[in-house]
Amino acid sequence: MTARTVDAPLVASRTRGSLSRTQGLGLAGVVLGLLTTLLFGLREPSHRTAHLALRATGDTGGVHVPTLVVPVHLTCLILGVLMVLAGLAQATNARRSRLDTLVTAFVLLAFVFAFLAWADSGKSLALNLVDAGNGAMVRAVPLILGALAGIACERSGVINIAIEGQLLVGAFAGAMVASALTKPAATTTSTALWLGVLAAALAGGLLALLLAVFAIRYLVNQVILGVVLNVFALGLTNFLYDRVMSPHADSLNQGVGFPNLKVPGLSEIPILGPILFDGNVFLYLTYGLLIVVHVGLFRTRWGLRVRAVGEHPTAAETVGIKVLATRYRSVILGGLFAGIGGATFTIGAGVEFGKNITSGRGYIALAAVIFGCWKPRGAFFAALIFGAADVLASALGVIGTRVPSDFLAMAPYLVTLFAVAGLIGRVRAPGADGEPYQKS
Amino acid sequence: MAGAPRPATHREPLRETTLKLELRGITKRFGPLVANDHIDLTVSPGEIHGLLGENGAGKSTLMNVLYGLTSPDAGEIVVDGTPRTFHSPSDAIGAGIGMVHQHFMLIPVFTVAENVLLGRESTRAGGFLDRRAARARVRTLSERYGMQVDPDALVENLPVGVQQRVEIIKALLRDADVLILDEPTAVLTPQEIDELIEVMRALREAGKSVVFITHKLKEVRVVADTITVIRRGKVVGRAEPDATEAELASMMVGRSVLLRVEKVPAAPGEVVLDVDRLSVDDASGHRVVDDVSFDIRAGEILAVAGVQGNGQTELTQAILGLCKPVSGAIRLSGRPIGGRSPKQVLRAGVGYVPEDRQHDGLVSSFSVADNLVLDQYDSTPFASGIAFRPSVVREHATRLVEEFDVRTGSVDAPAGTLSGGNQQKVVLARELSRDLKLMVVSQPTRGVDVGSTEAIHRRIVTARDSGVPVLMVSSELDEVMALADRIAVIYRGKIVGILGADASRDELGLMMAGVGEEKARADSEAHPSVMTLVELQHEHAGEEPTP
Amino acid sequence: MTGAESQPPAAQEEQPTHDAQPSIGANLVQAIVRGNSVVVTILAIALALLLGALLIAFSDDAVLSKFGYFFAAPMDALNAFGSSVSNAYGALFRGAIVAPSTVSAYAAGHATASQVFYPICLTLADAAPLILAGLSVSIAFRAGLFNIGAQGQVITGGLLAGYLGFAIHLPIVMHLVVAIAGGFVGGAAWGWIAGTLKATTGAHEVITTIMLNYVAASLLNYLLATSAYQRPGQQDLISKIVRPNARLPLLAGTRLPLDFGVIVAILAAVACAWLLSRSTFGFELKAVGGNADAARTAGMSVGGTYALVMLVAGGLAGLAGGAQVLSTSTSYSITGGLNSSLGPNAITVALLGRARPLGTVLAGLLFGALQAGSITMQAVTQTPVDVVTVVQALIVLFIAAPPLVRGIFRLRGSRTGGQDGALAKGWNG
Repeated sequence: MTARTVDAPLVASRTRGSLSRTQGLGLAGVVLGLLTTLLFGLREPSHRTAHLALRATGDTGGVHVPTLVVPVHLTCLILGVLMVLAGLAQATNARRSRLDTLVTAFVLLAFVFAFLAWADSGKSLALNLVDAGNGAMVRAVPLILGALAGIACERSGVINIAIEGQLLVGAFAGAMVASALTKPAATTTSTALWLGVLAAALAGGLLALLLAVFAIRYLVNQVILGVVLNVFALGLTNFLYDRVMSPHADSLNQGVGFPNLKVPGLSEIPILGPILFDGNVFLYLTYGLLIVVHVGLFRTRWGLRVRAVGEHPTAAETVGIKVLATRYRSVILGGLFAGIGGATFTIGAGVEFGKNITSGRGYIALAAVIFGCWKPRGAFFAALIFGAADVLASALGVIGTRVPSDFLAMAPYLVTLFAVAGLIGRVRAPGADGEPYQKS
Repeated sequence: MAGAPRPATHREPLRETTLKLELRGITKRFGPLVANDHIDLTVSPGEIHGLLGENGAGKSTLMNVLYGLTSPDAGEIVVDGTPRTFHSPSDAIGAGIGMVHQHFMLIPVFTVAENVLLGRESTRAGGFLDRRAARARVRTLSERYGMQVDPDALVENLPVGVQQRVEIIKALLRDADVLILDEPTAVLTPQEIDELIEVMRALREAGKSVVFITHKLKEVRVVADTITVIRRGKVVGRAEPDATEAELASMMVGRSVLLRVEKVPAAPGEVVLDVDRLSVDDASGHRVVDDVSFDIRAGEILAVAGVQGNGQTELTQAILGLCKPVSGAIRLSGRPIGGRSPKQVLRAGVGYVPEDRQHDGLVSSFSVADNLVLDQYDSTPFASGIAFRPSVVREHATRLVEEFDVRTGSVDAPAGTLSGGNQQKVVLARELSRDLKLMVVSQPTRGVDVGSTEAIHRRIVTARDSGVPVLMVSSELDEVMALADRIAVIYRGKIVGILGADASRDELGLMMAGVGEEKARADSEAHPSVMTLVELQHEHAGEEPTP
Repeated sequence: MTGAESQPPAAQEEQPTHDAQPSIGANLVQAIVRGNSVVVTILAIALALLLGALLIAFSDDAVLSKFGYFFAAPMDALNAFGSSVSNAYGALFRGAIVAPSTVSAYAAGHATASQVFYPICLTLADAAPLILAGLSVSIAFRAGLFNIGAQGQVITGGLLAGYLGFAIHLPIVMHLVVAIAGGFVGGAAWGWIAGTLKATTGAHEVITTIMLNYVAASLLNYLLATSAYQRPGQQDLISKIVRPNARLPLLAGTRLPLDFGVIVAILAAVACAWLLSRSTFGFELKAVGGNADAARTAGMSVGGTYALVMLVAGGLAGLAGGAQVLSTSTSYSITGGLNSSLGPNAITVALLGRARPLGTVLAGLLFGALQAGSITMQAVTQTPVDVVTVVQALIVLFIAAPPLVRGIFRLRGSRTGGQDGALAKGWNG
C-alpha cells in the first residue's frame, strides 16, 4: 500500500469494492473447484462412468463423433483440483490480465462438465451435450432479444423493467396475427409468419412507447412504471386471450411456427455446428441483431450519441443532441427487439399462445443486461448461461435426476443473485440510467 | 500543461470576421424572483470581459440565457448587429458562442476525442466513427492554442485542469468566437489558474473574446479588459481593471465589506484533538489523506486551507468516522476515536457541519424541527425508549430558531424551502446545541449570503471563545485568514505546513500549490506569482504585464 | 461556489429556495407521498374504469356485430355498448358491495342477512392480504426502497405460517398467534436477505427482490412435493390442512367469508402508522429515504436501516401470506396459488395509497372490491376477471402522471412533469 506514490491521480477512476472483480472471480473459481472435488469427485464410487453424447440426436450423416465415456471419480477430482489452482492464481493476482476471461471460461466449463458427468454417473442413458447446447442456444434467444431491448433502452438512460411485458405482448400479437392470416388446416405461408413477427415487433414497440411517454414526458419513476406496465400487459393479454383468442382458437391461435433451418455447411461442423447453426430464423435473426447492436453502439455516431444521452444528458444537449428524441427512439427500438423476442415463444416455437407464456423470462433478460454490464456481448453470454441452466433442468429430468428439478429451476435466479451481490457494486450502469431529463 | 503557450507562428484565423455580442435589457424571472433585471452587456471582439458578482447575483442565469439553455422573459441578444433568438445551445453554438460550464459538460467514460467531437463526429460512410480523423482534429486544435491533451485519454482519469482544457477545445472546435467561462477558477490550483490565464490571453490574441464569470476580485483584475459588476440581477457598474479591489468589492456586495471578523487573540488550552499519522484511501484505492498529523487545542481555530479535492473532505470524514482510515490514530481528549462509527463520534462530543449541507447536512423534505434533531432524535429528551416525542422536538426547535435567527415561516416548514444561509444556520444550530468537545466545520459559508456569513463567522468565534476547539476546512483563503488562529495547508493529501495567523496570502497560495513551507516562503519573495506581479504593476504604473 | 447559482430557482440567496438540488431519493419519496390531490386520484380511477369499459365493450362479439352496421343503426350499436358495459360493471358492483336484488329479497323475507352482506364481506376478506402486502411495499418506499419482492415474501411467510399451522400442536389462541408470527418471520427473513445484500454489497434491491421471488416460487413447488408438506394421498401440490386451533376465526358466522385476517391488516396498518410518525425507527427510515447521505452523516446506520426496513417490509408481506394460508379462502391449506399476483398488486396498492398507512388501507379496500366483484362479473357476463388487473394498472399509471389526468380533464395546474410527477432513481442511486 505504501508503495503507491502520492502522484497517483486524485480523480477517482472507478468505484470498486474491497475485492477486485478479478479476485472475486478467482474466489468463485476456488469455491466451485472445491465443490467439484468434494461433492462430485470424492463421494463418487470410482467404478462409475458417465456417458456424454457429442452428436445431435437423429444426426446420421457427417463426421462421426463418438460418445464420451467418462470415469466420474477421477475426472471430477482432476478438474476440481485444476479449478482450485486456476482460481487461486486468479485470486492472488489483483490486477486484470488478459488471461482472466480464459480462466473464468475454463472454470465455468469445467464445472458444468463435472456437474454433467456427476449427474449422469452410473445412469444407463447418455446425456446428449450437443442437444443440450443447442437447447441452451434456443432458449437463450428470447433472453438475448429481451436483453438487447434492455440495453438499447438503458444505454439511453431509461430503465426498462418492462421487458417482460414487451415479450408477452409480442408473443400474443405474433401468435394472433400469424394465425389469423393462416387459413385453418392449411399450410402456413411464410408471409403470414413474417407479418406475425412484424406484429410482434409493433406490439412490443407500442408498449415501449407507453414506457417512453410516461418515463420521458411524465417523468414517472421508471422502476414503478416497468412493474406496472408488466401488470398491464399480463392483464391485457390474459383478458384478450379469454375473451377473443380462446373462443376462436382454431383461427386465432393455431400454434403455427417457422420451420427449422440448418445452415448448410456450418451445421456440419462437429459438435459446434449442430449447437450453433441448427434453429429457426429467430436464431439467425438474433445473431444478426447482436452484431448490429454491438457495432451500432460502439462504432457509429448513432451509438456514441445514444450513450452520451444515457451518461450525461445535459452535456449531450449542450452539443446539440436532442436528448428526449434520442431516448424515445432508443426505447421504442428496444421495444421492437423485445416484441420479436416475444414472438419466439409462440411462432418461434410453433406453439399456441397461453396465459403468461413468458413466465418471467423478461426479468431474466433484465438480469442478463446487468450481468452483462449493459453490453450486447456480455448479455449474450449471460443469456447463454441462463439458457443452459434452463435446459439442464429438463435434460436431467429425463435421465433421472440426482438434484430436485426445482433447485435447478432456481439456479439462474440464484446465479444472478450472487452475481448481482458480488459484482454489481463494481459494474457501472450508464451514468444517467433512470434519471429523467428536464430542460430548465 | 507544460509552461507557457507556444509562439503563435502557424496560427490561421478560423473565421475572417470576429464577433460583437450585445445583450439588451435581458430579464428573467423565476416565480417571484427576478434573476436578471434589464441587463445590458456588450462584448467587443478580442476582449476579455469580466463578469463579476456574488454567488446568486444572477451571472449564471444570464449566461444560460445567452447560451440558449433558458429563454429570457424580455430583452434581446444581438450578434453583429442582428437580433437573434436562441432556443437551444445549438443555436448559440451556431452563432459562434461557446461555453465552459462550471460543472463540466463532459462524459466521464468517453475519451477526450469523443467528448470534443460529440455532436460533430467525424464519420465514414454509413455513420461509422472515424477515430483517426477525430484524434487528428483534437491534436490540431490543442496545439494551436498551446493546450496539450491526449485525445485517447478517458476524461474521468484526467485532472480537473485538463478537463477544463478539453471543454475549451470543445468550444473552439465549434468555431466559437465568444467563449463564456463560468467560474473557471473555482476548482483550480493557483498554478492551474495561471495557466488558464495564459490560455485566455492566447485566445484574445487570436481575436476571440472571452466572458470570464467570477466572484473573485483578484483574478478579474489580472485578466479582464473590461469588468461588469452585477448584483441581485442588475448591472450595478462597470469598471476598468485598474479599479481597486475595495471599489469592486463594494460594488459587488452593495456596501463596503471586506472580511473582517472581530475576535480577541486565542487562548489555547490543552490538546483536544490529536491526529497522528493518519492515512485514508478513497474507494478506488488512491491515497487521498497521506500521513497527516496535527493537533488542536481548546479555544483555538485551526483552519485547513487548500484547493478543493486535496483530501480535506476525506480528512473530516475520517475524523467523523464516515470513512475508515488505513492507518494512524485520531484521539479526542486522549481517547482514540479512529475507526469508530459516526454515531459514536458524534456522541463523544464532536459537532460536524459538512461541506455540502444539501447533500449531507439536511433532509430537505423534513421539517426544520426534525432537522434540528437529526443526530440526536433517539436520545432524551427527544425520545423515550423507541417512542419519538414530536412535541419536545418542536419546543427545542422554536428555541433554536429564535436563538440562531433562522428565518423560516414555521419550524414545521420543510428545510428545503429555506435559503442557503438559513439552511446553514439550521445545521450550525443543531450542532452547537449539543455539548461539544470539538467542532468540525467544512466550508462554513459556501453559497451563503453576506449577512448570514457574518452571523456564521460570529458563531464560530463564539464557540472558540467558549473553549470549544474548531477545525475549519475552507477553500476560501479570505475566510481562512479572517478566522484562523493557525493554518494548516493541505496539498495532495499531505499537510505541507502549519502556519500562524499572520501568514501571507502568497505564502499560502504557493503552499496550496504543493510547494513546501520553507520553499514557499523563499519563492514568494523571489518570484511572485503572476497575480502578485500584476497587482504590483497595477499599483505602480498599469503597464502591460510581460510574460 | 455551489450549484446554487447554476440552478435557476435558487438564484437569490435571501429568497426561499425550492430545494435547489433535491437528492434523487428525496424526490422519489416526495412524489409518492405528496404530490397528488384527491381530485386527481378520483379522476384517475374514473378514467381507468372508462378505459376498462371500452375494453369490455369492444371485445364483446355482440357489441362488435352491432358496430358492424353502426351507420345503418347507430342507436343499436350504442345500446349494445351501453348494456355490455353496464352489465359487466353492474355485476362487478353486485359482487363487491351489495346486490339490490338481495336487499329487496331480504326485505320481502326471501333472503338471509348473510346473502345481503356476502359481497361486502368478500371484499373485506380480499382486501386483507392486499393491505398487508401494500403496507410492506409502502414502508419500503418510505425508506427509499423498492420492494418488488412482496411476492416472494408472501410465499415464504405463507410456507412458515402454514407449516406451524399443521405441523405442531398448541392450545387455542396460542397456536394462532404462533402461526401468524411464523408468517411474519418467514417473510421477514426473505426481505432481510435483500436488505442485507443492499447494505453490505450495494446490490440493487429491485434485482435481488425479483430474483428472490423466483427462488421462493421454486421453493414453494419443491416443498409442496415433500413429505413434510404434501397432503397424504394427494398427487397434486397441496399441503396438509392447518389445524383448527391455528385457523383465523370467522368474524361473521360460518356463512360469511370474513375472518380475522382483516383485523390483522387493520392492526398492522395502525402499527405502521405509529412506526412512521411516532417512533425513532420511523424517523430513521424516513431520514434515510429522504436523504441517505445526510442520515449517515448524522450518525444513522444507513445499511442497518435498509436491512431492518426490508425485514419489517418482508414481515408484513409474510403476514399477507400467513393470512391467506390460515384463512377460509384457501380452505386452510397451501397450494401453488400462493404464488399469485399479490406482489405486483401490492405495488399498485401502495402507490395508490401514496405509501401512507391510511391510504394503503383505502387502496386495498378498493382493489379488494374490484377483485371480489370481478368473480361475479365473470360468472354473470363472461367478462374475464383480468379486466380488473388492467384497470388497476391503468389507475396507477394515471396517478403517477397527474399532468396527464389534468390535461385530459382540462384542469388547471397542468404542466408537463415537474416535482409532482418526478420520480427518479437510477441503478446507480
